[in-house]
Amino acid sequence: MSTPLSKQSTDGQSPVHTPTGLIALAWTLVGVPLAYGLYQTVKTATTLFTG
Amino acid sequence: MSKPTDRPARSPARRSPVALPGFLQRERIVARPGFNRWLIPPAALAVHLCIGQAYATSVYKNALVEHFAVSQTAIGIVFSIAIVMLGLSAALFGTWVDRNGPRAAMFTAACFWVSGFLVGGLGIETQQLWLLYLGYGVLGGIGLGIGYISPVSTLIKWFPDRPGLATGMAIMGFGGGALIASPLSRQLMSYYDPGYDGTAGTVPNGEAVAALFFTFAALYLVFMMFGAAIVRVPADDWRPTGFDPSTVKQKALVTTESVSAANAIKTPQFWLLWTVLFCNVTAGIGILEQAAPMIQDFFRSGDTSTVAATAAAGFVGVLSLFNMAGRFVWSSTSDFIGRKPIYMVYLGVGLLLYVALATIGNSATWVFVLLAAVIISFYGGGFATVPAYLRDLFGTYQVGAIHGRLLTAWSAAGVAGPLIVNSVLDTQGEPGTLVAANYRPALFIMVGLLAVGFVANLLVKPVASKWHEPHATTPATARANPERSAAR
Repeated sequence: MSTPLSKQSTDGQSPVHTPTGLIALAWTLVGVPLAYGLYQTVKTATTLFTG
Repeated sequence: MSKPTDRPARSPARRSPVALPGFLQRERIVARPGFNRWLIPPAALAVHLCIGQAYATSVYKNALVEHFAVSQTAIGIVFSIAIVMLGLSAALFGTWVDRNGPRAAMFTAACFWVSGFLVGGLGIETQQLWLLYLGYGVLGGIGLGIGYISPVSTLIKWFPDRPGLATGMAIMGFGGGALIASPLSRQLMSYYDPGYDGTAGTVPNGEAVAALFFTFAALYLVFMMFGAAIVRVPADDWRPTGFDPSTVKQKALVTTESVSAANAIKTPQFWLLWTVLFCNVTAGIGILEQAAPMIQDFFRSGDTSTVAATAAAGFVGVLSLFNMAGRFVWSSTSDFIGRKPIYMVYLGVGLLLYVALATIGNSATWVFVLLAAVIISFYGGGFATVPAYLRDLFGTYQVGAIHGRLLTAWSAAGVAGPLIVNSVLDTQGEPGTLVAANYRPALFIMVGLLAVGFVANLLVKPVASKWHEPHATTPATARANPERSAAR
């Protein structure tokens, strides 16, 4: 995962650091339901070849 | 987070007619230098994974038919209303979304989407079908439209180096939402109605469906508000490290100019893309709508099919996976090969695959599944790539609003696709007696549609300079004066 650094804004604001934990939490929150959906769908899809 | 800095004071007359609370205002979510843009895709996914539930309504369709004691059509129309409202609301509120930013849009989408489930659930609970139409259909449909476009322009601005990847990630979420909602609906309904075990042939009672609606309302409220809370917009002068906008301009059809939404719809490019999207979606819906009965009919011999009902359900699952994967894979690929070439693949190769499906699709199950799966991946890819195509042609200025207007093609295709397939099949015989040959007329109509879309895509040229915004326009002043060039 890349971490692009923003160019210093013209307003002179001091840079911030986005906590890695927050990014991990955000991806986990959307990734877990998606993984559940993928697992369930793959399970259903296999019935095409088995049943 | 950050405070407004270099933006001119906005004229009150140009602001939203409804004053937004401070925490929703665009100025409050401008990211400070150093903000990590990889926090934006999960914010977008949090919204799209929720509204993608719209493709999982078939799970409780039969339960509602029994509960209300009405026809399949009377229940099916709920989904149609929602898709029509999606297109209308995306078109009507697109400029508002661009002006007020993604947090206000996601918050508003969440309110409508959740209200849709609450009012719809109340309609089921009290056996008032009109409340289901009003709730899930109208309110939910408005939430769908605003939610669908809410993160798109923000993602394009955060990922100017990979817009196809960015929009692919978000719009993949819409496909993923159905993958989550289908099995989750079955599990929740079997929990609320112990007499229902989720297998084919059994249906849950209406109370279980109402409880499902209320549960979804709570879950989706949390998820969508999470997305609204973490989303940020980049500062006007922000660029990813090492990104040079001049390298983008070197690619064919890609502009660094800006075209307003009001002007975009006056250009032939917009209507050519409208035609492209309409044809691609109509053709895809032709398969999606009939997936389970279609595979059984293609391998029918007499009264029986060699494909069992459970295997047909597996085929629907395969299509769902390819629909979702196509959104991410093909849209990301378009960053490398270009938007026009990838649509030549969706429409040109798609056309050939449709011909193959109609002629040799019944030769073997694996042939049928492979052809249909690739066609559906193109269907998903078409949805995910179109925002990046719009950005290439019209710039980032009001790409969200332009995308919203383009989504009326989806609404039109949502009506046309099933209408074409069902009306053709009605002339061919009774359901349960159809065979592969009966599908050929409908499939060849889709071939013709894809040919029209292919030609429309070939005709796309760069937008004439007379539609470009004046160069003095900055994104901030443009947002403050969104209609100033509309009369041009």
